[in-house]
Amino acid sequence: MSNLITTSGSAPAVSIINGRIIDPANQIDQLTDIHIENGKIIALGENPEHFQNQQIIDAKHYIVCPGLVDLRVRGNIHSETKAAVAGGITSVCYPPDTNPVIDNTAMVKLMRLKAQTEGHAKVFTLSALTQQLRGEKLSEMRTLKDAGCVGTSNASHPVKNTLVMRRALEYAASHDIIVFIQAFDPWLSDGCIHEGKISTRLGLTGIPVSAETIAISRDLQLIELTGARAHFCQISSAKAIQLIQQAQAEGLPVTADVAIHHLHLTEMDIAYFDSNCHVFPPLRTQRDRDKLQLAVKSGIINSIVSDHQPLSSDAKLAPFAETEAGISGVETLLPLALKMVDEQDMSLSEVISRLTIQPAGILNIAEGTLSIGSDADICIFDPEYYWQVDKNNFVSEGKNTPFHGWELKGKVIYTIKSGEVIFSTE
Amino acid sequence: MIRKNIQLDEQGRLKHFLSIEGFKRQHLINILDAAEPFANVQQQAIKKVPLLRGKTIVNLFFEPSTRTLTTFELAAKRLSADVLNINIKTSATSKGESLLDMLQNLEAMHCDMFIVRHSQSGAAHFIAQHVSPHISVINAGDGCHAHPSQAMLDMFTIRRHKKEFADLKVVIVGDILHSRVARSQIHALTTLGVTEVRVVGPKTLIPVDVENLGVHVYHDFQSALIGADVIIMLRLQKERMQGALLPSEAEYYRQYGLTEEKLSYAKPDAIVMHPGPINRGVEIASSIADGSQSVILEQVTNGIAIRMAVMSQALGTVQTKGIS
Repeated sequence: MSNLITTSGSAPAVSIINGRIIDPANQIDQLTDIHIENGKIIALGENPEHFQNQQIIDAKHYIVCPGLVDLRVRGNIHSETKAAVAGGITSVCYPPDTNPVIDNTAMVKLMRLKAQTEGHAKVFTLSALTQQLRGEKLSEMRTLKDAGCVGTSNASHPVKNTLVMRRALEYAASHDIIVFIQAFDPWLSDGCIHEGKISTRLGLTGIPVSAETIAISRDLQLIELTGARAHFCQISSAKAIQLIQQAQAEGLPVTADVAIHHLHLTEMDIAYFDSNCHVFPPLRTQRDRDKLQLAVKSGIINSIVSDHQPLSSDAKLAPFAETEAGISGVETLLPLALKMVDEQDMSLSEVISRLTIQPAGILNIAEGTLSIGSDADICIFDPEYYWQVDKNNFVSEGKNTPFHGWELKGKVIYTIKSGEVIFSTE
Repeated sequence: MIRKNIQLDEQGRLKHFLSIEGFKRQHLINILDAAEPFANVQQQAIKKVPLLRGKTIVNLFFEPSTRTLTTFELAAKRLSADVLNINIKTSATSKGESLLDMLQNLEAMHCDMFIVRHSQSGAAHFIAQHVSPHISVINAGDGCHAHPSQAMLDMFTIRRHKKEFADLKVVIVGDILHSRVARSQIHALTTLGVTEVRVVGPKTLIPVDVENLGVHVYHDFQSALIGADVIIMLRLQKERMQGALLPSEAEYYRQYGLTEEKLSYAKPDAIVMHPGPINRGVEIASSIADGSQSVILEQVTNGIAIRMAVMSQALGTVQTKGIS
């Protein structure tokens, strides 16, 4: 059974002309045309023989790249996948801590049905690592894989019991299922802000960096013991990067991602209790942010995620510690990632790879590329377009963003899924 | 990103009083100076001045308090304001939505000032950001963040006993981690030019990177006391014995309780302060709390004058000097 949850329709034959095609998976970065038929990419360059396009998209001055793959999106499938495609994202992955939890095939089917009937982007799901995410009994992760889940995770419920974690990793390894780990020590994480000079100044309970490093260290030992493939989600600190780097150097099958806001914000941005900067893991120091940027550049962290968490306005209207953590992130993911081109001297192709083929590779799904024969999931953006973020213009139901008012460069002009234009600003 | 200090209005005058942080030395001096005549008012037979006649002040206390509530109430009444005390169990407003709803209801009654106490850090800032522009918000203690009027009454008390802030060695003892009073005192002392602020306590009660606030950290009480001019004892909450912060009250008292013997390490004219309420035999020996070096009751009295100064400044009815 396919692990893909999507809608299907009859797509027209399309040619996208004059664009700068960037496909990191195939090391392509050139001005050329791309041709689509029956929802698939059939050729780059010259019009193929017998090909009759019904639609031409002029992408002059634009960049044509694979639709983005976002490893972590939450919220209502209808509205949030619509927001995702407005951000150039064509594939999203939901963690299993939905309500109800994705620990049974019925829930996988329900997610699939919802995606088919009301989804805009392709929706992938992770299965719960343990039943009800309680950290006690293993989920039927093999059955759930067969039902379509592309990985497994205990999401934001760390498995406290080391023996259960060991067994879960062993079982996942037996069936070649990748385990997504959001690593934090629950006892050290009973706070709402990075533990440091800002938490001290504001009198808020802090979460030390060691909350992250202790959990990563434990799980790296277990990964070595069990041979499981693991992916660490939302790395937030310089010290955590060191641990991941060391594990990778030793040959452990470990990857990592970072949430886009951790690449651009620090604890300082909380200023006087700005609840839009309330996220988990917390925003850390300037040094941590700089090291995260470098780790994305070097590839220790190979994926950038939106960590999209749409919240109602009430959720942020309270004293800081009482507000809910999270940022509505899909619509600012691409332009914020593109800042890395200027700030870290990365090539466009490198940045795009962290948003497309690399995350797709982690999930082992055939997305994030413009290879001939692959689904025509494409993002066309204007890299020189300056715009000011206005949360009130968000498609997402969540207007919770600390980037409101920021001037960003780079705007999605078209999003194409399986050959169909599903979003356009022109 | 630099954000505007919401505590000041367009003309740089006091609008809200939320934390000491963000004020310059002169702002604090103005408040201290404005409090002087009010301190004198209290010595008179008729203790009222008509500065806030016709104004309505609401004491909005989400957390129980006797001393702070009473002194704010007295201060408001001595300024001839109408006062409304509202005690709210935090549980009833655990959602920000209902907190805002309640504020809007109070605003509809044409109140001029909210005095807010809340168990969450940042609550006073939150309220100040969401009230109508004509309303002033005074923070009467928010979580572990700030208690600026307490810090100012302490500064007022210190100034009445000591000449120059710059020359002082001030020791703050106890649970710095959970203390909004200590945080505000540290900001006030450093802003007023005190170069030697020492905080003392076990690591479990000292917040990380507190040195960034301009203080020196001590874990040994005696060495911290050497040469001290001012000793500020903090209240130790009983619940700190839970959660592995401290082994026992007895051990705490042995290490950090202020006894005659320990006090002898400080300067002979050192003053002893405490924001109250006191735990006798936990933080401080009774003989010291009631002794000649204690200014604890003076702090309470001065609290009224300082709060009168802050309220009248925030409502724009007072001039920093010259109230007869």
